[in-house]
Amino acid sequence: MDKKKFSSYGIQDKMLLLTGYTLLGLFVLAIVIPVIYIIVASFIDPVTLQNKGITFDFSKWTLTAYERVATNAQIWIGFKNAVVYSIVFTVVSVGITLLCAYPMSRVDFRGRKFFNVIFMITMFFGGGLVPTYLLIGNLGLLDSMWAVILPGAFSVWNMTIARTYYRGIPAELREAADVDGADELVYYFKILLPVCTPIIAVLALWQFVAMWNSYFDAMIYLNSSAKQPLQLVLRAILIQSKPEPGMVSDIQSTAQRAQLAELLKYATIIISSLPLLVMYPFFQKYFDSGIMAGSVKG
Amino acid sequence: MMSNSTSVSAGKQDSKTREFHNSLVYVKQHWQLYVIFLLPALALTLIFKYIPMGGILIAFQEYNPFKGILKSKWVGFSYFQRFLSSPDFLSYLANTLKLSVFGLLWGFPVPVILAFLLNRIQSKGIKKKIQLALYLPNFISVIVLCGIVKIFLSVTGPINLLLGSQINFMTMPGAWRTIYIASGIWQGAGWGSIMYTAALANASQDLKEAAYLDGANILQQIKVVEWPAIKDIVVIQFILQAGNIMSIGFEKAYALQTDLNLASSEIISTYVYKQGLISGNFSFSTAVGLFNTVINVILLLSVNKIVAKMNEGQGL
Repeated sequence: MDKKKFSSYGIQDKMLLLTGYTLLGLFVLAIVIPVIYIIVASFIDPVTLQNKGITFDFSKWTLTAYERVATNAQIWIGFKNAVVYSIVFTVVSVGITLLCAYPMSRVDFRGRKFFNVIFMITMFFGGGLVPTYLLIGNLGLLDSMWAVILPGAFSVWNMTIARTYYRGIPAELREAADVDGADELVYYFKILLPVCTPIIAVLALWQFVAMWNSYFDAMIYLNSSAKQPLQLVLRAILIQSKPEPGMVSDIQSTAQRAQLAELLKYATIIISSLPLLVMYPFFQKYFDSGIMAGSVKG
Repeated sequence: MMSNSTSVSAGKQDSKTREFHNSLVYVKQHWQLYVIFLLPALALTLIFKYIPMGGILIAFQEYNPFKGILKSKWVGFSYFQRFLSSPDFLSYLANTLKLSVFGLLWGFPVPVILAFLLNRIQSKGIKKKIQLALYLPNFISVIVLCGIVKIFLSVTGPINLLLGSQINFMTMPGAWRTIYIASGIWQGAGWGSIMYTAALANASQDLKEAAYLDGANILQQIKVVEWPAIKDIVVIQFILQAGNIMSIGFEKAYALQTDLNLASSEIISTYVYKQGLISGNFSFSTAVGLFNTVINVILLLSVNKIVAKMNEGQGL
């Protein structure tokens, strides 16, 4: 369709477009302004920030917050743990999910309907918090990384998506492999998986981001501070307003310490959010195709 | 007659054993499918999903961790009665339902509207930039989002600086739901619009041209071209979200709770957590959780049925 000039619209259409675009513009501003505010505020001297808010008088700007956050050990421990948990979780979860989806995608697979029911039930019904917690305790997994990783590693929803994807692969590929006498494993790893990279990338990204952003399981299962992932460290600083002791302990006055704690929040937000935000443009095309995979039913 | 029916049932018997034999042969030939491909997922499911389902029994016991499930005393439905008859019950249930129903009613249309608006933008460059901004909040974590909300709404925060007031929003039960839902839209609406935008881009070119040539106005174009292109996805998304009404997330609600806004922020999932893992009332907490799950299953099935009726017999 050719581009249409605004003046060529009817009066009703003009009103509609104006209202719509105004709302859209307000929405965009509601996102952009807070983001800019946080970035700028993270550089402002704590006293000025509390009394006047942000300022573009650069004599009031300081790197203090970044120095204090970046030199704090707990933040880096949190980062390291988050990276480890997210990578291990992604590998385990996507691996198991992709494997399971293969027999479930095959029409000839005996027991498919039975297993499907077993899996589907868990999407609607579950034991709930306490029974799961007691199980983790009985398995001796409390305060272990695996308590955070294993219970949610197999995702029925992702399995259905992978299964749908497998089914879209032309049957000729498989027939060709059968002629060659390739067994299941060879066919699966050498022929099927290589043509499934888009869906593998999508599932991996979903799982990585989900683990990176979660805090509940870590909060209930991991007690030692050496095992805490980033989000738990952030929770103490941002939600409970309890900055890591080393960040503010050199300040004597309570009021000043509170002001500093407030400032540290801004720098913490920037430092902790940067990795995913930087990663995002590189993976955008996968995310987009993943959204489509999630919108069709399995 | 008699002999005929016996021979039929014998035939059935026969075909059943043959079927069973065939299955055995199949499993033997394809053992890899079961052991290598299926088993890891099946094992995780049985251990981490089905064993806890058995653990639900403690909701009907006075569970004592030292005695275990086998030796704890059975108390029937008394924990359910205690919960259902407590004055808190209605308030937690209402908080949960209001939060998710209002969240759905306010939040669901926004991505659809955003997609319609984005679809009307003719300059590709501007559209890309707007989308970049709209998607951005999706990439911050729940904790960071709640941290931002708390900073902006704090007594000394920018909103109060702007208004010249000293309102502590986070301690107002009346403001809590609005904060939760609005911040959810702020974070998720842009990202939620992607699939609608993609579906709109795939709308039939012929229809578009025809509508254009007929001089249809925008509302008519939406009705004839754009709405049909996304209707199916909208319906599916609505079912999925409506079905999750009782399983509204713990993480964000808990992160936005303060002692003073509990009157509206205490929902069933946060209550289950506090009762179970903080106060150690294992049985009571499990009973409350089970109650929640059962309602959720009923909701899911009913929503699916309603949609199936509206959608000419096609549910999920």
